[in-house]
Amino acid sequence: MSRRGLAFAAGGLLLAILYPLLVRAAGAAGLPIAPNYLINVGMLVCFTAFIGQSWNIAGGFAGLMSFGHVVFFGTGAYGMAILQVTYGWNPWLAWPVAAALGAGVGWLIGALAFRAGLRGSYFALITLAFAEVFRILANSVPFTRGGLGLLIKAEPHPANLQFRDPIWIYYLALLLCVIALLIAWQLTRTRFGARLVAIRENEDAARALGIDVYAEKVKVLALSGAMGAAGGAFYVQKYLYVDPWIAFGVDKSVEMLLVSMVGGAGTIFGPLIGAGALTAINEITRTLASVVPALKNVQPLSLIVYGAMLVLIVARLPDGLASLFGRKRREAGRA
Amino acid sequence: MLEVRHLSKAFSGLKAVDGASLDVRAGEIVALIGPNGAGKTTLFAAIAGFHRPDAGTVRFDGADITGLAPHRICAAGMVRTFQITQPFAKISVRENIMVGAYARTADRTTAAVRAEVIARQVGMARQLDQLGADLTVAGRKRLELARALATGPRLLLLDEVMAGLNPTEITEIVDVIQAIRTSGVTILLIEHVMQAVTSLAERVYVLNQGRVIAEGTPAAIAADPGVVEAYLGHGAAARLGGGHA
Repeated sequence: MSRRGLAFAAGGLLLAILYPLLVRAAGAAGLPIAPNYLINVGMLVCFTAFIGQSWNIAGGFAGLMSFGHVVFFGTGAYGMAILQVTYGWNPWLAWPVAAALGAGVGWLIGALAFRAGLRGSYFALITLAFAEVFRILANSVPFTRGGLGLLIKAEPHPANLQFRDPIWIYYLALLLCVIALLIAWQLTRTRFGARLVAIRENEDAARALGIDVYAEKVKVLALSGAMGAAGGAFYVQKYLYVDPWIAFGVDKSVEMLLVSMVGGAGTIFGPLIGAGALTAINEITRTLASVVPALKNVQPLSLIVYGAMLVLIVARLPDGLASLFGRKRREAGRA
Repeated sequence: MLEVRHLSKAFSGLKAVDGASLDVRAGEIVALIGPNGAGKTTLFAAIAGFHRPDAGTVRFDGADITGLAPHRICAAGMVRTFQITQPFAKISVRENIMVGAYARTADRTTAAVRAEVIARQVGMARQLDQLGADLTVAGRKRLELARALATGPRLLLLDEVMAGLNPTEITEIVDVIQAIRTSGVTILLIEHVMQAVTSLAERVYVLNQGRVIAEGTPAAIAADPGVVEAYLGHGAAARLGGGHA
């Protein structure tokens, strides 16, 4: 990363760390919006960026277009919930295990799909199928308690990974988001990352140049799966409840994919930019729907805006919002 | 260095390569020629691990590499290029070549330095920051060569690196290939441009309908009646011979 980019990132991080304190100060000074609401929105941006990055690592960098990334999210969510509810584990301990489960599922799906030589839309379909199978299983096997879902007992205490003050869950989400950015950044400057991009751009050429395409793809899907599952575990811990639709619903897959595509697939900051844009749309449309009577019955308004936005992005800005910055930089580099 | 014995490969009954044998000795430039559809590219693909041969063996430096995965063959020191160029479109020439260089090192700086050295070697030093997609045909051909070379091969399989180039560009790339050989890399090339074959290759194999029909120096091959017939049709050699008389 360039020196300017580094300064930019450091500034952004500092601002993100100070953000809850700033909105609380603004709240005390008479800001009409509740500070905790704003902190919660910030948490959502970080969390969405994190699960978006999970998709981006595989879909954006390695070109593994998954339509069922929620399979990892749900695995982590259920892993986290079951280990706590059924086995009485401490959530801090359950979290990494949930992430490892996600890696295992990623490895399994990768091993099956890539050994069979599935690529492109076939891979997309197989991931979608896996997610649906997992959702149906979660609905029917006893240890997930089917459609009833699993409820984690609310005991706010740092040792229980539950917090009374939303500021802490915000910082936790921020930490996840930063870790995801660091992983993506590493991919832009390591052999592993270079090989993923080569596989995305041209699989045959990658093979000819000495890349074990199968192994690299399985590896990246396991990494992506671990991240998705860590995100799912976080989600469960925040809302203390999981059911088959929350865990494996297709809308979450779409969200993970959309965030990257809108922001810029295969870029470091794409998912973060996309998460910011999507969360903003979400919140604004929700407020609009509650304020403007004519919009009250248009539910959910955000989906309509998402759809329009996706059409615009694909048609006008295929490399996502991040390319707006990149383009400027490249032109400056040429001049 | 390379011994191919009785290699066969069929696609749904059609024998693309039919018992082909050839040898490449260390330090040589050997050409593989033949009419369109003779099976040259399929033979390359079977040698380099892209197709698993139905029968026959490929030995590289004495070791049997028949049917090994391409990345293992590349690690052993043999690499192929593609007739239809396959650049990584959305990354720079530098990054393209670095992918090849990463076959021998995990270190980014080492790979970047190697990419620059290779780029200079093939005459792409000024295009390092261009995107793969922005290259001309000549540029793409050079990039194919550069990436393959960056993997540090001892044997290079070049599939029509001169197709679509103008005479000046051909002369340039002939010089580049000569220099690569001088640096100690053995070369087996598929080529249609006879000017390049005669100026580069010590020996030529002619493939027709999946079989090797002739082997020899470029001059001997050009005079071989069987070869002339393979290209121009049955009886052509006799008619040409008659014309001379």
